[in-house]
Amino acid sequence: MSATEPVDELSATQFEEHKALEAEEAIQGRPFELSAVRGGLLGKFANDKLAFVAIGWLVMIVFVAIFASWIAPYGQSQGTLGDADKSPVWNGGSWDHIFGTTPQGYDILSRLIHGARTSLVIGIAVVLAAGLFGVVIGLISGYKGGRTDRLLMGWVDVQVSFPGLLMALLLLMVLRGSVQTVILVLAINGWMVYARMTRGVVLSMKERPFVEAAEIIGARPRRVIMTHVLPNLVSPLATLATLEFARIVLAEAALSFLGLGIQFPQTSWGTDAAQGGQFINRNPWPAIYPGLALTITVLAVNIVAAWLRVAFDPQEREKRHAATVIAGAKQL
Amino acid sequence: MSPVGAHSTTSSSDAGAEHGPIVEVESLCVRFPVKGGFGRTKKWVHALDDVNLFVGRGETLGLVGESGSGKTTLGRAVLRRAPITSGSVHFDGQDITHLGGEQLRQLRRRMQLVFQDPYASLNPRMTILELVAEPLVVHGMVRKAEEARADVYDLLDRCGLPGDAIDRYPHAFSGGQRQRIGIARALAMRPSLIVADEPVSALDVSVRAQVVNLLQDVQSEFGLSYLFIAHDLSVVRHISQRIAIMYAGRIAEIAPSNEVYERPRHPYTKALLSAVPIPDPVVQRERRREVLIGEIPNPIDPPPGCRFQTRCPMATDLCRTENPVLEQKSPGHWAACHYSDQLV
Repeated sequence: MSATEPVDELSATQFEEHKALEAEEAIQGRPFELSAVRGGLLGKFANDKLAFVAIGWLVMIVFVAIFASWIAPYGQSQGTLGDADKSPVWNGGSWDHIFGTTPQGYDILSRLIHGARTSLVIGIAVVLAAGLFGVVIGLISGYKGGRTDRLLMGWVDVQVSFPGLLMALLLLMVLRGSVQTVILVLAINGWMVYARMTRGVVLSMKERPFVEAAEIIGARPRRVIMTHVLPNLVSPLATLATLEFARIVLAEAALSFLGLGIQFPQTSWGTDAAQGGQFINRNPWPAIYPGLALTITVLAVNIVAAWLRVAFDPQEREKRHAATVIAGAKQL
Repeated sequence: MSPVGAHSTTSSSDAGAEHGPIVEVESLCVRFPVKGGFGRTKKWVHALDDVNLFVGRGETLGLVGESGSGKTTLGRAVLRRAPITSGSVHFDGQDITHLGGEQLRQLRRRMQLVFQDPYASLNPRMTILELVAEPLVVHGMVRKAEEARADVYDLLDRCGLPGDAIDRYPHAFSGGQRQRIGIARALAMRPSLIVADEPVSALDVSVRAQVVNLLQDVQSEFGLSYLFIAHDLSVVRHISQRIAIMYAGRIAEIAPSNEVYERPRHPYTKALLSAVPIPDPVVQRERRREVLIGEIPNPIDPPPGCRFQTRCPMATDLCRTENPVLEQKSPGHWAACHYSDQLV
């Protein structure tokens, strides 16, 4: 061994060659993955047609929800019994009521549009409230450990073992069903899953050498959590939050279906599906449309969740990096 | 010329006497509690038992032992990352045994760790710039990593990394390069002590020497002292002025490197030495390998007397009852064996 001749000190050009070689290996070895990553994050996204359609649907739903009052041709409970039970336009109905009307004479399309707002607001608010609380509890529990951990996880266990629907029923019997109370009830029922997952990730992160590396350079716990633990939570949390969003929208529908959530003639997709179900033999359309809207939205959210998980993964990011290197090499 | 020869005469035994050592460990004991199953009796893992040593300024102390010998725990205890049961650790003349909170945090500026696994010890979500500048950000020298770009660039250069590494992620680098990044990060605060915890054992044999060379180069450049942990004697020979051999939580022998290789005073050291291959086929073929039988004793229930007795070819009744103390056998050469004189 000679101390004077370090051999692996790559010069800049050697390093370039090395990179080009690596890039070539990547092309030959993984052509399919490569085609998926070409063109960076957005390019990858455009290549995934299913995810593209899914996010397109969600963007539309969000847009519609925000501008519901301007877009909807009628108010959510506007109409008379004289307009009751009109068929959709492709089933002999008129263009006045494209999706037809309910047995009460309300315009189905307008109710769908207003319902999107309610369902989205509830879904997003519950995910934010439950997620924030659950993540904070999980971080404290996982990072502090010991008695704190046992206490907090004991709380989670007790609440998980108590039937969520029963708790919701009890609460909603006392409180009147409204958007706010539904949000509260669903958030109280939904935070534990975030706490458990966060704690699990924190526990495994704490054992990772790079977390010890941060502690050894003198990083305060706050920084260790914010810089080293939380970023590794983003990907599982994003996935969990989107899945939870889908679940919450369905849970709200279930509560409303049971008559405990949003009260008719106020509208949400769940309320309308339930209300329409009562007259399904006479006129199925008021139940079919909100049901379809729910199904497609939940499906879209799930597809986007799967895509997000891939997009946040550092190894996937390296693949994208490799793709840009190749693109650069090809131009030369 | 071997760096061992260059330094051993000045810093082997009296570097500490001149300026006071950078690290002084006295009667250090580290015990971890283990739950005793259903019963109430709490048992203890004796990870370190009455350890005494020092690291001189500018010196490299090699710390060698097999898995479970406590070498990593000792490294962590010096960095105040392991719970100290009794004894003391002095750093730069200051008793750091009971430091806590902000004082301990400030101490971290001056002592750093180079990790064994360069793959796991770099956060995959941070760029090289962010990783190397993190100590500076943590200690408020810069507000953002970006402000330290020039400094980081310089550090990477000194550690033999290409300039365009700075904005890339750890995934893009080989093991040797990642260990260079780890070294650059450890150097960022200009510490006076680096604990290197088996820094090359996770690397390919072909790049080990390069990383050891880098550690040597930056040692003189930055005036560092090393506690260099390794699990075999072949790696530490080139870098250490003195070598400490650990066995089952105790120091078996401490001596200047050439003394350890030429005049080992502990049967365990002899066994370790016989495992180091000699790059001469004739000599190597003639050599008698001393193969140790059995395992390192269970640290939960260590045997009385010498801890090496269960595997020692020379063990007698004395060894089974009386614990040999670490004694100075010749100037700078300490060994813990009742029969060390018979070995020379």
